Amino acid sequence: MASPVKPAVSVRGLHKAFGARTVLDGIDLEVEPGEFVALLGRSGCGKSTLLRILAGLDREVGGEVEVPGTVSIAFQQPRLLPWRKVWRNISLGLHKPDGRAVALKALEEVRLTDHADAWPLTLSGGEAQRVSLARALVREPDLLLLDEPFGALDALTRLAMHHLVEDLWTRHKPAVLLVTHDVDEALLLADRILVLDEGRVVATHHVGLPRPRRRASVVEQRTRVLADLGVDVEEAA
Amino acid sequence: MTLSIAGVAARPKTATPVQTRKFRLPLRWISPVALVLLWQLASSTGVLSPDKLASPLTVAESAGELIADGQLGEAFAVSITRVLFGFLIGGFAGVVLGLASGLSRWGETLLDPPVQMLRTLPHLGLIPLFILWFGIGEEPKLALVAAGVAFPLYLNLHAGIRQTDPGLVEAARVLGYNRFERIVHVVLPSAVPQTLVGLRIAFGTAWLSLIVAEQINADAGLGFLINNAREFLRTDVVVVGLVVYALLGLTTDALVRLLERRILRWRAR
Repeated sequence: MASPVKPAVSVRGLHKAFGARTVLDGIDLEVEPGEFVALLGRSGCGKSTLLRILAGLDREVGGEVEVPGTVSIAFQQPRLLPWRKVWRNISLGLHKPDGRAVALKALEEVRLTDHADAWPLTLSGGEAQRVSLARALVREPDLLLLDEPFGALDALTRLAMHHLVEDLWTRHKPAVLLVTHDVDEALLLADRILVLDEGRVVATHHVGLPRPRRRASVVEQRTRVLADLGVDVEEAA
Repeated sequence: MTLSIAGVAARPKTATPVQTRKFRLPLRWISPVALVLLWQLASSTGVLSPDKLASPLTVAESAGELIADGQLGEAFAVSITRVLFGFLIGGFAGVVLGLASGLSRWGETLLDPPVQMLRTLPHLGLIPLFILWFGIGEEPKLALVAAGVAFPLYLNLHAGIRQTDPGLVEAARVLGYNRFERIVHVVLPSAVPQTLVGLRIAFGTAWLSLIVAEQINADAGLGFLINNAREFLRTDVVVVGLVVYALLGLTTDALVRLLERRILRWRAR
C-alpha cells in the first residue's frame, strides 16, 4: 500500500557507529510532509547524530536514508557568519538575484527588519537565533531540522521563540524535526514525539492536542513521556 | 593607549566644569622626556662624548641639515623601494603558498613540511648564500626582505585557514553554499584576523631584514647613510638613521592597525 504523498523523511534500519561505539542502532523513521516531529532523549542518545545524518553532514552510515527535496537547518548556536551583515547571512547561498529583498522579507517574519544591516555579533542570543531561523526558512525547505535551537536561550526568550516557531511552521508548513531534551517544548510544538534511547526509538507519542496549546494542557501527557525517558515524576515530586 | 586617552579627553561630551586645564601631557610621557633631558645634560656637561653618542640637539640639527640637502630623502626613497619590492615578492609567495596549503589537502601534504622546516632557519643567516647566489647588488637585499616577509605571512595565513570553525562550514554546506562560496564567505574571512597578525610580523621582519641587508655593500639608502657616518664618527647621523628606521616601523604598524580596524569592524560590539 503505497502512500500517495512522498514522505519528507524516510529512514530504514539506520545504523551508525563511531569506532566500537554504536550511536544509532536500527532507526526507522518516517515524517509526513508538513508534520512536526520532536526527537526527545537524554544527551548522548544519538538524536543530534540522527539530525546530522538527515542534514547530509554524515554519509558514512548503514541503512537507508531518503530526504527528498530541500533541507534546511538551525543549530543550537546560531552559526551566523560574524563578518557578513545580518541580511547577507540570510541571502548568501540562496543564489537569487534579489537577495536583499528576499532577506528583508524573511527578517520581517521574525520581526528583525531593523537589524538587517547590523553585524551579527551585536545581536542578542534570541535575535541571533531568530536570524538563524529566518535563514533556514528563506530556503523554503521541505524539511526543517532544528537542533536544540532554544537550548542556549533564557527561559523568557525561549517562550517567545516557541510561539514564533509554531507561527512560522503554520505559515510555511515544512516537515519539522526538532531535537530537544525539553519535554514541555516537545509537547507544546510537536504532532508526534519520538523518544530515543541508546540509539533506538523506544517510544512514540501522538500528541493530538488542539493548537495553540497551553502549558496546562500538556501536563497530563507529560507524565507519560517522562516515564518513557525513565523519569518517575511521582518519585521526583 | 595614549591616543585613546587623548581622544576621550578631546571629546566635547566629556567636558565637565572640572576639566579646566587645556593642555594635559599624559603621565606616561614623564620618564621618556626625562631620559632625553638627562641625555642632553650628559652631552652638554661633556660626560657623554660626541664620538660615543651625539646630543639630542645635535641629532635634531643634523636631521634638519640632512633633510634640507636632500640626503635623507634620497636614502629614504631607496630604502622604501627595497622594502616595497621585497615585500611584494615575499608577500606574493607567502600568500600563494599559504592559500595552496591551507585550502587543499595535497597542497598541505606537499608544501607544509618543507616550509615548516625552512622556517626554523634564521633567515638573516642566509646572507652568505644570498651573496653567492645574487651578488652584492640589489638582489640579495630584496631576497632577504622577501624571505623575512614570506614566512610569517605563510604561517599565519595557513594557521588562520586551519582555525576556521567547522560549525560554520557545516552550516554553509547545509544552507547550499557551493565550494567557492564556502571559501570566499566562510574560510577566508575567518582567516583574516590571524593573517593580519602575520602582516604585522611581516612588516617588522621586513624592516629588520632591510637594516641587515643594507650592511651588505650598500651604496645608497639609509644603511649606507649610517655606515658612511660611522666612518666619520658622525654619531649624530647614525642616530638620525636609526630614528628614521624606528619611525618607518611605527608607521607600517599603525597602517596595519588602521587596516585591522577597518576590515575587522564586524568585531565591534
